Amino acid sequence: MPPHTPPTTPTSPNSAAPSPSNVHYELDFERPLTALEQQIAELENHDPTDGIDFTAEVRKLRQNHTRMLKKIYAGLNGANTVKVARHPGRPQGADYLRAFVKDFCELHGDRTFGDDRAILTGFGRIGPHKCMVIANNKGKDVRERLAANFGMPHPEGYRKALKKMKLAEKYGLPVVTLIDTPGAFPGIGAEERGQSEAIAVNLLEMSRLRVPIVAAVIGEGGSGGALGIGVADRFAMMQYAWYSVISPEACAGIVWKEANPTNNVAAAEALQLTAESNLKYGTIDHIIDEPLGGAHRNPSAASDSLEKWIIQTLRDLKRFKIDNLLKKRDERLRRQGSYIEVPV
Amino acid sequence: MTILNTVTQHDLRRHITNEPHGRSTLNTMAEPPPSSTPSSPPPSASSPTSAAAEKPAKPVTGKRTWQDVVETGKRADMPADLWMRCPSCSGMLYRPTLEQNKFVCPECNHHFRITGTQRAHMLCDPGSFEPMWDNLLPNDPLNFVDLVPYKDRLAQESKKTGRPEAIVAGKGFIKGRGVVVACMDSSFRMGSMGSVVGEVITRAIELATDQDLPLIIVCASGGARMQESTMSLMQMAKTSSALAKFDDAGGLFISVLTDPTTGGVTASFAMLGDVIIAEPKALICFAGPRVIANTVRQELPEGFQRSEHLVEKGFIDRVASRQDLRSEISRVIDYAGK
Ligand SMILES: [Zn+2]
Repeated sequence: MPPHTPPTTPTSPNSAAPSPSNVHYELDFERPLTALEQQIAELENHDPTDGIDFTAEVRKLRQNHTRMLKKIYAGLNGANTVKVARHPGRPQGADYLRAFVKDFCELHGDRTFGDDRAILTGFGRIGPHKCMVIANNKGKDVRERLAANFGMPHPEGYRKALKKMKLAEKYGLPVVTLIDTPGAFPGIGAEERGQSEAIAVNLLEMSRLRVPIVAAVIGEGGSGGALGIGVADRFAMMQYAWYSVISPEACAGIVWKEANPTNNVAAAEALQLTAESNLKYGTIDHIIDEPLGGAHRNPSAASDSLEKWIIQTLRDLKRFKIDNLLKKRDERLRRQGSYIEVPV
Repeated sequence: MTILNTVTQHDLRRHITNEPHGRSTLNTMAEPPPSSTPSSPPPSASSPTSAAAEKPAKPVTGKRTWQDVVETGKRADMPADLWMRCPSCSGMLYRPTLEQNKFVCPECNHHFRITGTQRAHMLCDPGSFEPMWDNLLPNDPLNFVDLVPYKDRLAQESKKTGRPEAIVAGKGFIKGRGVVVACMDSSFRMGSMGSVVGEVITRAIELATDQDLPLIIVCASGGARMQESTMSLMQMAKTSSALAKFDDAGGLFISVLTDPTTGGVTASFAMLGDVIIAEPKALICFAGPRVIANTVRQELPEGFQRSEHLVEKGFIDRVASRQDLRSEISRVIDYAGK
């Protein structure tokens, strides 16, 4: 399986220890690790011909590194989770398509306006399952990012997704959606072409689509833009993804009156946007484990973890008669929310 | 047209006595509004919630009680100011005249924002609106604290509006046709949708489905409520899923969009009406104009995201003045044979 590789530097897929991909993009809360990583790199690059063996030292430093990494990631707060979810080395929709969707046959366009590159759709096989895959795409380099509009879909993206889901329904193929968007794009064209109508129709139609739907937030789950391809029978989040009604920055700008580093951290905390919190409040069903230190450290392990969950979940869902499945999908949505009901 | 036996005249008369009437608005509006949004007129002491005050009940869970909500709603002694300025044409308006005119400026047709309670009574035949689900209260599931704790914000809003939440819903008649109505209340936290609003809308849809009644939802909302985070977001999916079943059952849903209809509300039930009618010049959008201006860094087109613009772009069926709303709705109900 081809692991995700960042554009400039290859990673060693089986090591949670220093890899070049996180050298060029440092997360501030990982700073304590940097010195260790530099030491390890120096010792490893040491000329072996001078007769000194640093193997034991390196092993010890690596153990320290792992211990520190575990500690940092065990206590990751909301704001830092958002940073991990946005890490440029984190595998994206297109990486997972390459990694575990076999024979991906991309189907372009909404047959009305255009082909939104922020949402990729097409037939593909995941494990033994033939399915329709809907995946957000953010892009890796400047050109790709511009083409994908930084992962922010326009209405035609949502309409394309729905067209392909209907196609899947016709042929009894389950739908798998991989969500990674800061949100639906707020622009003039998006508004004029009915961003809200496109999302609304997807919510309604996905709730009654007569094939199993599996959805996972792989990075950012930004509000209605995420939900627009996120009504499902089973909804999971990768361990360090975020999912919320609004981004912490936008929330800070509104309720804290100003988006700045301090307020953004407070907003991320208050919104309880982590996988753990979402599971606690019943807004998601499952958390997909990531490798130690996040998916960007070991994309192939992250990919294996996601693939395994999708295959297992599709197997579970295929056991249901479709009417029962729809009933359960409906019940899942029906119980969302929390309120007090006073006896009348 | 059919009047369903589930809403009997007896039921209706029973509820007439509890109804707030238009006079409530006379007590409010101490000074002309600063913007096009007149400060929401709080209802009188005889708000629909006061009926329940006589038999206080224990909440199922949580810390707030029914009593908290009801008692804070009393604001009968507001200083009255009979004159106000129209934010659109700057004309001086005599409040009783404005009120008689359904809060539409007689000079320039500016539609003032009104409360959910006012809307429900204005829309339904006199005395026919029967409020339901006022026993659902918000409970701050996340313990959300920003500059002010969410709990305090909720208490403030209850005190200001005399309402438990940002929605007024129930059964009624429009020109003799039995309907389920749900009116969002922009005077309560800008009509934002949290768990309670989502639940009430869903119950209204389910009631309309069960009793095969036309469903009217009047939207007025700043979008999904941030303080309930993903739970607010999920209300979009919950209401849309209920509408899918209503649609499968052949139900008629008329969505009425008023100023403002934005965010997660627009991107769910607001845009799912079989027929969508908007009041003139209402702001209707997914992302607000300021957000868009900041993103695209260019001037927004004239009338962008207003009702008339959306008709032009093909996303709503009709623009109708508040004066015509009742006849517009009953006409659609008749065509649909409901
Ligand atoms: Zn005027």
